Amino acid sequence: MWDHEIRAMVSTHALIAASMFMATVLPAVFVLSFSVYGTHLLWLYCTSGAVNAVSVVVFWLLGVTPSTKKNTLGYKLSRLFRACLYFFLSCLFFHTVIVLYGAPLIESALETFSLAVLLTSLTTMRCLCVLGPNVQAWIRVFSRHGAMSVWDTCLQITVACTLIGAWVGAFPIPLDWDRPWQVWPVSCSLGATIGYLTGLVAAPTWIHYHRKQLTYKCK
Amino acid sequence: MKVRSSVFASFILMLEVLGVALFLRGFFPVPVKSSLSSKNKLSDLPPEPLTGGSSNTSGAPKPLFKRVVVMLVDALREDFVFGPNGPMFLPYTRHVIERGSSLSFVAKARPPTVTMPRIKALTTGSIPGFIDVVMNLNSPALSEDNLIWQAKTAGKKIIFYGDDTWVRLFPKHFMEYDGTTSFFVSDYTEVDNNVTRHLDSTLKRDDWDILILHYLGLDHIGHISGPHSSLIQPKLLEMDDILKKIHGSLVSKEADGSLPYLLVLCGDHGMSETGSHGGSSEPEINTPLVLISPIFKRKAEMEKPGVVEQVDLTPTLALGLGLPISQNSVGHVIPGVLEESSLREQLRFLHLNGHQLSCLLKDSTPEYQKEAGFEQFRVAEKAHGSWMKLYLEGNTSEVLTNMGKKVLKQYLEALAAMSSALSKQLGKYDMYSMIAGMVFVFQLLLVLLLAMPEALSGSASVDLPVLSSLLSLPFYLLCLFLASVHVLVCTSAESSCYFCSLSWGLVFAAVAFSSAMFCILISLARRRLPDGSQFHGKSPQSSSGGEWMLSELDVLLLAGTVGHTLSLAASSFVEEEHQTWYFLLNTLCLTVFQDVCRKYFREQRDEEEQIVLSKKSQTFSHSGSEMCSEKWLALATPPFTLLCCRLLRSLNQTGVQWAHLPDVGHWLNSSEHKVILSLLSAFCLVLIYLLVQRRCSWVSKVALAFGLVGVYSYRAAVGNVLFPWQHSSRTTSKGTVEARFVYVFVLGILFSGTKDLLRSQIITTDSKLKSRGLWEIYSGLVLLVSLLFRAHNLPVLCCCLLIQTLMAQFIWKKLHYDAAQTTIMHYWFGQAFFYFQGNSNNIATVDISVGFVGLESYVEAPAVFLTALSTYAGPLLWACHLVCYLSSERDRFGMPLHVCDVQAHIHLLLSFAWLQGFVIHPPECQCKSSMWPTAQSHTGPAAIYTKQMSLNRAGCHPGRYLGVGVICDVWECILNTTQARATAAVNNTYG
Repeated sequence: MWDHEIRAMVSTHALIAASMFMATVLPAVFVLSFSVYGTHLLWLYCTSGAVNAVSVVVFWLLGVTPSTKKNTLGYKLSRLFRACLYFFLSCLFFHTVIVLYGAPLIESALETFSLAVLLTSLTTMRCLCVLGPNVQAWIRVFSRHGAMSVWDTCLQITVACTLIGAWVGAFPIPLDWDRPWQVWPVSCSLGATIGYLTGLVAAPTWIHYHRKQLTYKCK
Repeated sequence: MKVRSSVFASFILMLEVLGVALFLRGFFPVPVKSSLSSKNKLSDLPPEPLTGGSSNTSGAPKPLFKRVVVMLVDALREDFVFGPNGPMFLPYTRHVIERGSSLSFVAKARPPTVTMPRIKALTTGSIPGFIDVVMNLNSPALSEDNLIWQAKTAGKKIIFYGDDTWVRLFPKHFMEYDGTTSFFVSDYTEVDNNVTRHLDSTLKRDDWDILILHYLGLDHIGHISGPHSSLIQPKLLEMDDILKKIHGSLVSKEADGSLPYLLVLCGDHGMSETGSHGGSSEPEINTPLVLISPIFKRKAEMEKPGVVEQVDLTPTLALGLGLPISQNSVGHVIPGVLEESSLREQLRFLHLNGHQLSCLLKDSTPEYQKEAGFEQFRVAEKAHGSWMKLYLEGNTSEVLTNMGKKVLKQYLEALAAMSSALSKQLGKYDMYSMIAGMVFVFQLLLVLLLAMPEALSGSASVDLPVLSSLLSLPFYLLCLFLASVHVLVCTSAESSCYFCSLSWGLVFAAVAFSSAMFCILISLARRRLPDGSQFHGKSPQSSSGGEWMLSELDVLLLAGTVGHTLSLAASSFVEEEHQTWYFLLNTLCLTVFQDVCRKYFREQRDEEEQIVLSKKSQTFSHSGSEMCSEKWLALATPPFTLLCCRLLRSLNQTGVQWAHLPDVGHWLNSSEHKVILSLLSAFCLVLIYLLVQRRCSWVSKVALAFGLVGVYSYRAAVGNVLFPWQHSSRTTSKGTVEARFVYVFVLGILFSGTKDLLRSQIITTDSKLKSRGLWEIYSGLVLLVSLLFRAHNLPVLCCCLLIQTLMAQFIWKKLHYDAAQTTIMHYWFGQAFFYFQGNSNNIATVDISVGFVGLESYVEAPAVFLTALSTYAGPLLWACHLVCYLSSERDRFGMPLHVCDVQAHIHLLLSFAWLQGFVIHPPECQCKSSMWPTAQSHTGPAAIYTKQMSLNRAGCHPGRYLGVGVICDVWECILNTTQARATAAVNNTYG
């Protein structure tokens, strides 16, 4: 049951994780004094870009995205436009939430927005890839008992892990240790990344062990 | 034995208070005080030591100085004088320090760096204990032995100008005085002119010996605009001019033959980077101490100032004036001051200081003989005696001088050792009392937890197996065991211990009680255990309950409460506790938001049948549009709450690390933005009225309106806000009349609320009347709090009411949260609002000026009450709202929801708080003081500071819940007695 999907999922996740690893290692060749702490924003953009690119390519190749009935170019373009719009809106949404959590409003707005971009590419991008720009489907997936395929469950797990990772990552900030990773937003983005990686590992594992119990009602 | 659960809960609460008190007594040992109540007298001075034969010089040595002028500048930081900006700020003083005959030091003040304890420390030479900090927020006359009393007794004429704290501490001690109040912090010129205007005439006269000047302006500037403001330099230049004037006059008066003068420039405490003080950061504790007198050597260049304790000034001044050192002084004389007198005099001075310290050491520690300093002093005294003998025999050889120098060195070492031994006592813990108190609290906590399900059940009574456990063998064995442990510990204890000093009867009662508790605990646990196995056995039945899963909200509430408890293990999280609460509160709001979204978007269709069933009547009566608007309002509530919290968070910066960041509160309080502040507070008051008046009777409505107008006029009278028709003339008063006007309405509303409540209990059992009574009491409280809050804090109150109203209306009722969830949410909100007010775990953030609202002078009981009320207003308002809300929602919960239920919930939270306060704090303190580099010597300020922090957490933090628990107890009592009477009356009429 679901064996094929699980195998596909494992390879997808391995690809994404590898791309994140490369995004951390490769820029060191091109940029002098590249480090995760020192040039944090650069690392952050590299990782987000890599994850975005790889997810789009992989999911497009896999064909998980629900096929559309209309195949006209105009419709495809409008979908693309909507996806971009949602991406941007989601960045704004995360930015707002982070500010509500207490990030300074004006100073270090760039850092906050970068974190929002990272969170968006780790969570919303995946939603866009799996579900398409369809808010109804998103709401369905994230409400209780709303998953309709293995990919939906996987999405739930990774998104939850990423958000919890970012949430937990904020805890070390008040400690007076004066470490480089306590600088805003390093700990949060690292937390989100680690949470995401955990999610990538946890989702297939969990689904594998619960594959007998998993039943999805169809539309 | 069956006990009513309310009685049980109150009983546990009271005993827990006792346990906590015992723990706190061990945690904060009493300060070093001599047991003798008398004061040191000139005639008590020890004779000069002399081996073989009694010495004839038993009196005090000759004074070094004829006149002393102490110029105390409040909040004078060390770097204002010695720092790179020194020549710019205080040119003349710097010149004297660098070239003149002066001595300069950095004097370390001990926390709390607040003026009153500092003045006490400077005059008595003692370090205030922590109990003192709490007890003496404002003390009347100082009865301890002190320098001023000694000077007055010796017939010295003292003149004082400056802060009127001195006048209150030392009434009738001064020949002439003029006190200025530091009540209006916004004024920084008048306070100093009031001091300086007397200076010229006083300096011309010759009839005084000691002149004390206390300048407050600098401190006020610090509070207004911080240590880097542009106002600092002119103020310091003014101080410099004054010093120049005094010095010049003293120099011109100096006559040959008579004793020289001494001019002391010092600060009582420093100023932190934000301009406040009270804590223990380096800039707050480092103050300059400059002694100027012709007897000191002239200097060629600037030397790096040495470091002394602030209390060292006391014995130095006492010896310099030829007075006995006050009894409780723990400082040692500054050696540099004595350098120019003869060797014999120097030794005599050191001997006197050493004698006083050794007496204090003898009094305060039973094991004084083991102290290294004491032994050194004995040796030095002997050597001093033999030196004296040789000296009196007329020996003047080089050997004698060398020997005298050796004695001098011995004395200095002994003094330093004794002084540090004495101040170390502050950092000691009384472990045995602490452990006893903790065990006590733990037993009660476990009993409470085990009995909780039973107490909350329908019968509302607990079956405690008291008799069976009293008659059991383990009880007697345990009694015997504990008693023997007590005897063993008390006979072998190396230091004094409070629990051992209690009388035998009390100790035995405690031992018996503790063992009885233990037996009850065991039997309760045994009763629970088979329950559990039975529960597991009936798996088919419980499987339906097993389906019930924890919602995200439950997980968050549990994880948050536990996580907060665990986070207190790190001292940074204690210092920055507000961050934790804001963070948790935001997450809570987001989770609630998710719940709301789920209810209105997705699961509406799934649970349509249920909704229709539960809200059959409502769905028909409500029109579609109303439902829709309600839906959007419900959806908007959590984001709105989030927004409010974000705004409030930037209103007051608290904590330690980021406290210096600019916040909206400071911006509003600056004089340029007075108009905005006035508009804001007027708007807030109107909003408060609109929010509160809904549930009151019309009498209370009118009273509330008048009261709120009174609040505004009080703020206008004090000078915080503007009246539109008021001219800009600065006629600030204390606003006593306005405040009393408000008090009258507060009392009126409270009275009418209580009347409604009682009537609902006795005459009619009308639940509507009862809930109205509760709401009226609540609104009376709101009115009182709005009077006490500073003008810039009114938005906190306003948002509090707004969030309460919205949440009650759209979230708690509509989403069917149960009582436990609502209680924990209220608790979290209350905690967060405690910090929104600008409080922190640092005791320095307590706003004492609230205690003077509406009072002409300091009256202890109302001042303490008002201060406590305004400090804990946030948690208190949320707790009251909880009581009101639950009692008005009583029918919705289906069961006869008693105040007792609330009480039980709160008791659970209370126990959590105690767990936090006690289990975690002592190890944290120790580890922090060992980690902190400043603490590597005896008790650095770090240890004291952590104690101060944990005092607030361990002592006052439970206070936040304790208050709530007591309120519930009182409610319970009132309700129960009135209900019992009502039923009795009904029975009589029918029977």
